[in-house]
Amino acid sequence: MELLVPEIGLVVFQTIAFLLLMFVLAKFAWKPVLAAIKEREHNIDEALNKAELAKQEMVRLAAQNEELMKEARAERDLMLKEAKTLKDSIVNEAKHSAQTEGAKLIEKARIEIENQKKAALAELKDQVSSLSIDIAERVLRNQLADKAKQQDFVADLLKDIELN
Amino acid sequence: MDCSHVFDFKVNRLTLVFTLFLALFFVTPLLYAQEDTSKATVTAHAEPEAEKKFNLGKFALHHIADSHSWHVIGDTFIGLPVILYSQGGLVMFNSNEFHGDDEAKLVIERAGQRFVKLHEKIYYASETANAEGEYVELGADHHATNARPLDFSITKNVCTLILSVVVMLAIFLNVANGYKKRVGKSPKGLQSWVEPLILFVRDDIARPNLGHKYERFMPYLLTVFFFIWINNMLGLVPFLPGGANLTGNIAVTAVLSVITLIIVVTNGNKYYWKHIFTPDVPWWLYIVLVPVEIIGVFTKPIALAIRLFANITAGHILMLSLIGLIFVFNSVYVSLVSVPFALFIGAIELLVAFIQAFIFTMLSALFIGMAIEEHH
Repeated sequence: MELLVPEIGLVVFQTIAFLLLMFVLAKFAWKPVLAAIKEREHNIDEALNKAELAKQEMVRLAAQNEELMKEARAERDLMLKEAKTLKDSIVNEAKHSAQTEGAKLIEKARIEIENQKKAALAELKDQVSSLSIDIAERVLRNQLADKAKQQDFVADLLKDIELN
Repeated sequence: MDCSHVFDFKVNRLTLVFTLFLALFFVTPLLYAQEDTSKATVTAHAEPEAEKKFNLGKFALHHIADSHSWHVIGDTFIGLPVILYSQGGLVMFNSNEFHGDDEAKLVIERAGQRFVKLHEKIYYASETANAEGEYVELGADHHATNARPLDFSITKNVCTLILSVVVMLAIFLNVANGYKKRVGKSPKGLQSWVEPLILFVRDDIARPNLGHKYERFMPYLLTVFFFIWINNMLGLVPFLPGGANLTGNIAVTAVLSVITLIIVVTNGNKYYWKHIFTPDVPWWLYIVLVPVEIIGVFTKPIALAIRLFANITAGHILMLSLIGLIFVFNSVYVSLVSVPFALFIGAIELLVAFIQAFIFTMLSALFIGMAIEEHH
């Protein structure tokens, strides 16, 4: 079969052309192309990994936020409660001190009133006694203006006095 | 229920296509047989009658063979340079100087040497013409027995070879440029057309067969894949830039498979050589096994070369034969059958063009992978 006998010319040209093609393409095409494809695949993988990590981070952050919110709320509640207790205690204290102060004042006032009353009574007594002496003096003077009446009077007094 | 009906229909159609495909393998030998008988009849009959009759075998074999001129259309031929390394030194002339002679009837004298062309092969011319006016001595099998100069002509196949090299350089340097321009971006234009194929070679051919050391062999595998595929496709184009049967030429496939062999042999590790020279069998089996293994080293690339050559050549012969039937029966009505059938075969040849490129690359990768495989 003539078809199965390679021609020397084509063998030589094919060898030269193919090897040349292979080395040129290897250097200027396959190497940069394969490197670029590999690089891009690497980038895509990395981007996907990063996205996955970001997603996890997001979930983590959301959970953290929730936790923070909870904490803040608890803290706020605590603060409110504390404030309330504080307020109550202040009010109570104020009330208590006001009461004691009031009681003290009332006591003071009472003592004062008592003192005033005593002083007034003493004065009244003095006045009453001086008035009554005065009246008695005047009456006596009036009564004892004439002799007869003095006699009667002495007699009356004497009547009242019982000699025992 | 509806679905199963559709499925049956599809299966039927697939079966039909497959049957036709299988039929090809039975039809092809028949055509070869017919070609032989027609040859026989041609030689049996008288010369003038044989010339009138269309010879399908001769026609097909002429078309798949290499040529010193490129047929354009009708009687127009592009003359290609003939370069001969003869006893008188390097000789160069235009093939048009043969004036279309392919019967060794026209002698060209250069550098003191006389050359004739017979069936697209250049011979040293005989001193005198024989009875038919041919300046060659024909042997018993009607082949010339004259000596031949070393023929380094730029033939039709060499032109196609150069064309395909230029096309590949244009495509892939452009693609590489695209990667440089759009670093890290998605591919665009030619780049997005080529990238899946490069990934196909890398992920489906190189990686499964070569393992993690695949990168070293990627340039060869990619080049050989695209070279075979593009040339298979160029061969299917029936007019000028295509039409040459480059990958159906044994010289081309032999060179490619020898390169595979060289890569296998130079990269084979100690396990590979141990497997050939001291396999794990009782020593007395070495007498049989070692020669078989050594033969195996060479049969693998030979099978590679023959497979590609035979597949592509067979495809071309089949197409030519189907179209040639019109001229055999000398009736235009034959075209009603042969043209649709040729179209069908043409579609299959497109598939074969890819599959053969894939198989050659795949088996090359497999053989290299077997040679570099680490055993634990």
